[in-house]
Amino acid sequence: MLIYLLRRIMQSGFVLVAMSLLVFLGVYAVGDPIEILISPDADQIEKERAIQALGLDLPLWQQYLVFVGKALQGDLGRSFVFNEPAIQLILQRMPATLELAFGSMFLSILIGLPLGLYAGLRPNGAISKGIMAGSILGFSLPTFWVGLMLIMVFAVQLGWLPSTGRGDTAMLFGISWSFLTGDGLSHILLPAINLALFKISLVIRLTRAGVRETMLMDYVKFARAKGLSPFRVTFVHVFKNILIPVVTVVGLELGGTIAFSVVTESVFAWPGMGKLIIDSINVLDRPVIVAYLMMIVLMFIVINLLVDIVYTVLDPRVRLEAKA
Amino acid sequence: MNTLEVKGLSTHFFTRAGVVRAVEDVSFTVGRGKVMGLVGESGSGKTVTGFSVIGLVDAPGRIVSGEILFKGRNLVGMGEEELRDLRGNRIAMIFQDPMMTLNPVLRVDTQMIETVQAHQKVDRETARQRARDTLGMVGIPSPDERLKSYPHQFSGGMRQRVAIAIALLHQPDLIIADEPTTALDVTIQGQILAEVQKLAANTGTSLIWITHDLSVVAGLADDIAVMYAGRIVEQGSVDQVLDVPFHPYTHGLIGSVPSRNKRGVALRQIPGTTPSLMSLPPGCAFKTRCERADGACETMPALAELAPGRFARCVHPHLETLPA
Ligand SMILES: Nc1ncnc2c1ncn2[C@@H]1O[C@H](COP(=O)(O)OP(=O)(O)OP(=O)(O)O)[C@@H](O)[C@H]1O
Ligand code: SF4
Ligand SMILES: [Mg+2]
Repeated sequence: MLIYLLRRIMQSGFVLVAMSLLVFLGVYAVGDPIEILISPDADQIEKERAIQALGLDLPLWQQYLVFVGKALQGDLGRSFVFNEPAIQLILQRMPATLELAFGSMFLSILIGLPLGLYAGLRPNGAISKGIMAGSILGFSLPTFWVGLMLIMVFAVQLGWLPSTGRGDTAMLFGISWSFLTGDGLSHILLPAINLALFKISLVIRLTRAGVRETMLMDYVKFARAKGLSPFRVTFVHVFKNILIPVVTVVGLELGGTIAFSVVTESVFAWPGMGKLIIDSINVLDRPVIVAYLMMIVLMFIVINLLVDIVYTVLDPRVRLEAKA
Repeated sequence: MNTLEVKGLSTHFFTRAGVVRAVEDVSFTVGRGKVMGLVGESGSGKTVTGFSVIGLVDAPGRIVSGEILFKGRNLVGMGEEELRDLRGNRIAMIFQDPMMTLNPVLRVDTQMIETVQAHQKVDRETARQRARDTLGMVGIPSPDERLKSYPHQFSGGMRQRVAIAIALLHQPDLIIADEPTTALDVTIQGQILAEVQKLAANTGTSLIWITHDLSVVAGLADDIAVMYAGRIVEQGSVDQVLDVPFHPYTHGLIGSVPSRNKRGVALRQIPGTTPSLMSLPPGCAFKTRCERADGACETMPALAELAPGRFARCVHPHLETLPA
């Protein structure tokens, strides 16, 4: 297990290096930062000085090494706009995005799993057909539109829930969180539902497909032949088997959720990383863009690693292969 | 009282393409402590017969007529709760494919203990001890350790022993063994057969032993029923049927030499294939492959008692081989 973990961590390291190269090439080498950094009427000498100060006169590979060297010390440059370290800006906004992402993940499992299970156990029932039709809507309706509709209905017309910002927050581990206060929870609910919509549909479909497939397996029939109660057959024999693909996909989706919470954060003015990156792209705040991309890459890698670990805990067959 | 009396059992599958008459008008009796061999080609309805007895025919299949008297109680039409009480307790089944029978994500102890506790109010420790003892009984070395393993850590033969142990947990009155040794190599097959025979003799358990392999039936069974295209075509005591087969199908399977030397010989291949159960033409289902077929075979012959205790479904049976 330990060797397996070490190997996975080393692989992750390689991926990180490769991705940093791509991000570096993508953002630094394409386009000319000087154009944006220096006023157009600066003279040649000023330009030269700026180029030297930024290390842009060095060959590309040296520039990359400098970038990596600084990145390793946690320095991904300073924001042009806020004049603060980019990484710090991102980290400040991260908790808001994380709690939104986890909130939506929680909702997608809370809602998707039981619905999918029901639809899988009674595939021909009217309710199941309704659930499946609903899941198609969840897949196909555009997030921003649903977000606006949620605001229209629940915030504007019914006035039940607030539609912008994080509301009151409380401190935990020196970070402020919305989900710890009633007001904060009421603020997170609409954006979390909005962000969860796609994933709820995904979980419903995965669960249903998994249940239907697993129900046909010999071991489920054997479990019934042992005289087990339908409850035990469903919730132990079937459920434990479908948990593996569902956990994998939901886990892998977390990265995507964090990365693509951009839309929801914009609609609900949720002050997270997604809103920051949109604003930064608008004003071409390159260090923030780079820092954001690197954070997202790092996050994907960590999530993949965690999913793999959870996977080995759930599936004994993987555990054995890992040992061998 | 006989352990099992099946009378006129018909089980059909109502598929979109048409009705599959998998089991049609099947009757047989298994006395206490007796072993009945059920033989026939692939697709002849052996497994479906077994599932019918244990009440696990799933949609689109259904028992359409007949009685299944288990110790005098009719299982057809019995409530699901009552049936569940019998399953794994008084009637157990061992499945065809040992690699698929055990749930891959549950430990062997879980799968055994739940079977004990499904039918008896005993604490976990008692149930575990019973599981361990039964594993030891079917020849699994160091059962205490093996209990903590997952199915994939066992070989095919060992998995089938586990499945057999699960079937034996409650010392059932009837075990339906669906080709339990076909997937195993010959030595292990022999060991398992010997053990099952011993256990059956010791506990008075009756067995339905489904197989392709005549040598297994010859060594193990008291009675034999030969199935073809969903119907029983020949029935009687093993010694008599194997020595002097009446039905052209059985005759073809065994070969024409009437002697005991053929014990230990597998079923002979008969040219031609089983007709589709969906569109069986009227008359004897074997007529397309039968050397003796003529106009008289255009009406389905009844299963007639041609000699005391000897039944065959044929208008031109091989009566000439009867010793005068
Ligand atoms: N769920 C089902 N839907 C439709 N037809 C089915 C279904 N299950 C079984 N059958 C049909 O019933 C017939 C009998 O099948 P069964 O499994 O009992 O054969 P078998 O004698 O056990 O064969 P084998 O030796 O290959 O195990 C086959 O023709 C099969 O196609
Ligand atoms: S009834 Fe006719 S076709 Fe059928 S087995 Fe007998 S002789 Fe052959
Ligand atoms: Mg079969």
